[in-house]
Amino acid sequence: MGLFSFFKQEKKKDTATLAKERLQILIAHEHADNRKRAPDYLPKLRDEILGVIRKYVHVNENDVNVKVEKGTDYDVLELNITLPEAK
Amino acid sequence: MSKVIVVTSGKGGVGKTTTSAAFASGLAAKGYKTAVIDFDVGLRNLDLIMGVERRVVYDFVNVINGESTLKQALIRDKRVDNLYILPASQTRDKDALTTEGVESVINELKEDGFDYIVCDSPAGIEKGAFMALYFADEAIVVTNPEVSSVRDSDRILGILQSRSRAAEQGGTVKEHLLITRYSPDRVEGGDMLGMDDIVEILSVPLIGVIPESESVLQASNSGNSVVLDEQSHAGQAYTDVVARFLGEDVPLRFIDVQPKKGFFKKLFG
Repeated sequence: MGLFSFFKQEKKKDTATLAKERLQILIAHEHADNRKRAPDYLPKLRDEILGVIRKYVHVNENDVNVKVEKGTDYDVLELNITLPEAK
Repeated sequence: MSKVIVVTSGKGGVGKTTTSAAFASGLAAKGYKTAVIDFDVGLRNLDLIMGVERRVVYDFVNVINGESTLKQALIRDKRVDNLYILPASQTRDKDALTTEGVESVINELKEDGFDYIVCDSPAGIEKGAFMALYFADEAIVVTNPEVSSVRDSDRILGILQSRSRAAEQGGTVKEHLLITRYSPDRVEGGDMLGMDDIVEILSVPLIGVIPESESVLQASNSGNSVVLDEQSHAGQAYTDVVARFLGEDVPLRFIDVQPKKGFFKKLFG
């Protein structure tokens, strides 16, 4: 091994440090994704709400909007229903 | 007051069953009445690791289905007093575990005066793993100093914090990190994640570090819990884990590079 390659080797990061950096980035991303992800029950909840409303008023598929917003202390379930204009 | 502790990890092969066997044996050796339950239905192994594989008559699923009583299924350990093993079924699948069934078995153990109920979780995040952690008061998350194991541990910690019964009721499961198969030489050499790095990434308090050790394989070969091998470093490290769990202040051991024996030491010492 020559003198130059000796110095080059010194500069190379050890693999444990690399592992730590990769994990920190990955886990931070996964946590952020989990916070953003809507709960699994949302589509079913939306369909059932639509069904109940349709017993009384006719609304279109796109007139019911269900959203979950995640806060630090609590989550907010937001329902937005557009009723047809009264004739 | 009895406590339910789950030994879990997400990833397979990191030492959950070895840890469950050693931890339960250690608690029993300290005089606590302890039961250890194998939740790995279909792939039971706790019985083999603990050397009671030829004494299995009834199992966890038999008790849940009312085909045997809990007393009939519990195997009393012959080496350690106060230690009882509830084996998993080898022929059923994990759907045989129901929330109500598992709860009734845990409640009966509590009524029978067990101080600690250790739940040995299967790998993965399917039904068996979920059932093992659902009723836990505390969790020991077993991690190897290796990227996939650390990531899976993070995932299982997320599940403990959101889907356990304690979490559903607005409480928390007390978490402990246990690093196994640790090799100080390789950490020093820069090709293994150090314990401080793992603690920093997962931010869970450390309950112990078990060094990579030949005695773990030897113990499972012979069906003796490694904690009973007082000579082995891994056995001693597990004994320390039990002491820390019970609130004792015990410093970490076997985490630094062992000085290499010199020529004269090898000859004379």
